[in-house]
Amino acid sequence: MKSISLGQYYAVDSPIHRLDPRIKIVLAVLYIVIVFLCSNIASMALLLVSALVIVLASNIPIKIVLKSVKPILFIIAFTAIINIFWTKGEGAPLLDLGFIQIYSKGIVNAIFLVTRIFVLIVGSSILLTYTTTPISLTDGIERLLGPLKKIGLPVHDFAMIMTIALRFIPTLMEEADKIMNAQKARGADFTNGSLIQRAKALIPILIPLFSSSIRHALDLATAMECRCYRGGEGRTRMKILKCRASDILALVAVIAFGVAIVCINIFAAPYLPF
Amino acid sequence: MVNSDSYIKIENLSISYEEDDGGRTSVLKNISLDIKKGEYLAVLGHNGSGKSTLAKLLNMILEPDEGKIYIDGKEITDPNMTEDDVFELRKKVGMVFQNPDNQLVATIVEDDVAFGPENLGIPSAEIRERVDEALRVVGMSEHAKGEPARLSGGQKQRIAIAGILAMKPDCMIFDESTAMLDPLGRRDIMNTIEKLNREHGITIIMITHYMDEAARANRIVVLDDGEILMDGTPAEIFEKQDKLRECGLDVPQCVGLVHSLKARGINIEGECHTPAACAEAIIAALNKRDGKN
Repeated sequence: MKSISLGQYYAVDSPIHRLDPRIKIVLAVLYIVIVFLCSNIASMALLLVSALVIVLASNIPIKIVLKSVKPILFIIAFTAIINIFWTKGEGAPLLDLGFIQIYSKGIVNAIFLVTRIFVLIVGSSILLTYTTTPISLTDGIERLLGPLKKIGLPVHDFAMIMTIALRFIPTLMEEADKIMNAQKARGADFTNGSLIQRAKALIPILIPLFSSSIRHALDLATAMECRCYRGGEGRTRMKILKCRASDILALVAVIAFGVAIVCINIFAAPYLPF
Repeated sequence: MVNSDSYIKIENLSISYEEDDGGRTSVLKNISLDIKKGEYLAVLGHNGSGKSTLAKLLNMILEPDEGKIYIDGKEITDPNMTEDDVFELRKKVGMVFQNPDNQLVATIVEDDVAFGPENLGIPSAEIRERVDEALRVVGMSEHAKGEPARLSGGQKQRIAIAGILAMKPDCMIFDESTAMLDPLGRRDIMNTIEKLNREHGITIIMITHYMDEAARANRIVVLDDGEILMDGTPAEIFEKQDKLRECGLDVPQCVGLVHSLKARGINIEGECHTPAACAEAIIAALNKRDGKN
């Protein structure tokens, strides 16, 4: 139970792991925008190269990275098929079965779309979840959204809720395990019976778990008050996030990449076949 | 005017809880107590004696029905206490609770220790210093980057102590902080508490129902049914075995042993509230007797 890891964080050292979480969030957003800017064969090729560069720079084995794509393989396949069959192109269809026509444009569209989704998932998960711990991600979000405090958004409270939720996941899992064993010792059966019976068998676990979470919450609130907590106002932080040269460099590199894609779109696109 | 000697002064304090049926149950009845700066005080009592309630009153988690509490010369039971006053109070008087899991806020040890000082608005470089120092004092420096979830109960409790220590309080209250720990963890925490008192001059108020823990304090207050039954040094308290037994408490094993030996005519001298001191005293007494023979 204790070896459970939160999220997908892959603990190795790499230039991407060392980036400031705020920068990583900004980079991920920029990268997603860039992915949608790519609309021709040259920019798509460049996009694939960039994804490969990100994977290599993160020191995460390719096998692990591909695992993150697995859950959405079905969606990728589905959109590809829809695109192939339903895109109406100009000129003669490549294949005409009467009720279905396949145009070359459909195939190209499908390939582009698959590439986009693939790069989107790989790029954003490497930039964020694989290389950043949930806690520093929360920290990054709090500081990035900091200016929104001025218009009255409870940014600090939101981040505190996230932090405490993350902190209590292992505690509550341990507790669920204990309660489950206690119920098993009293003859509860969680593995046999119909789906409804098994779902019902979970009730004696959920109710004690709920009541104990509320108890935890009350105690924690008292302890936090005793440690002088009174919200985000007047609070300082021990760890100050600092933008280093490498952070700026990464930002510049991604922006340059975006500019390159835009240039391709404007100047090279008319001469490309797709 | 408050005596300059006393850090905490409690005058005629009473509190009661409302029962479900509308009646009121008295928890503390007209208690008066003086606690000096740098004192190591154990508050002893069985379950329901009101000892935890007393601790919560000192930190303004609860408010009394009647009576006054002065801390560091300031009346904290003053109805005009502002939120800022409560903040100042909690800066001076830290509290460590029973369940370590319910006190830790962050997922990384050093971030958790930093939580208190961060709330106080201390500059980050100084927080860093305080956190490192606090972790060193409780002997958890090598776990600074670790996760609390992977630590033992005693280690987690030491992190909780470090979290309070980093706020640099004058006084620390331990509300049955060893009750959920294994013997090893308990010993660790007791040693840490003693160190805080001896080396850092922090006033300690330890709420407990373990006799052997209370025996290590400078002064013991025995609470029974919301009243102070006894108040004195461990030696004075353990002298009155019968009175202790009456309110459901027992003397530490070694004190009981010495009493029995004395009853059998073995003349043991000195105070022996800890097993080590007790063993020394018995050996000395036996040597003396054998020397005479």
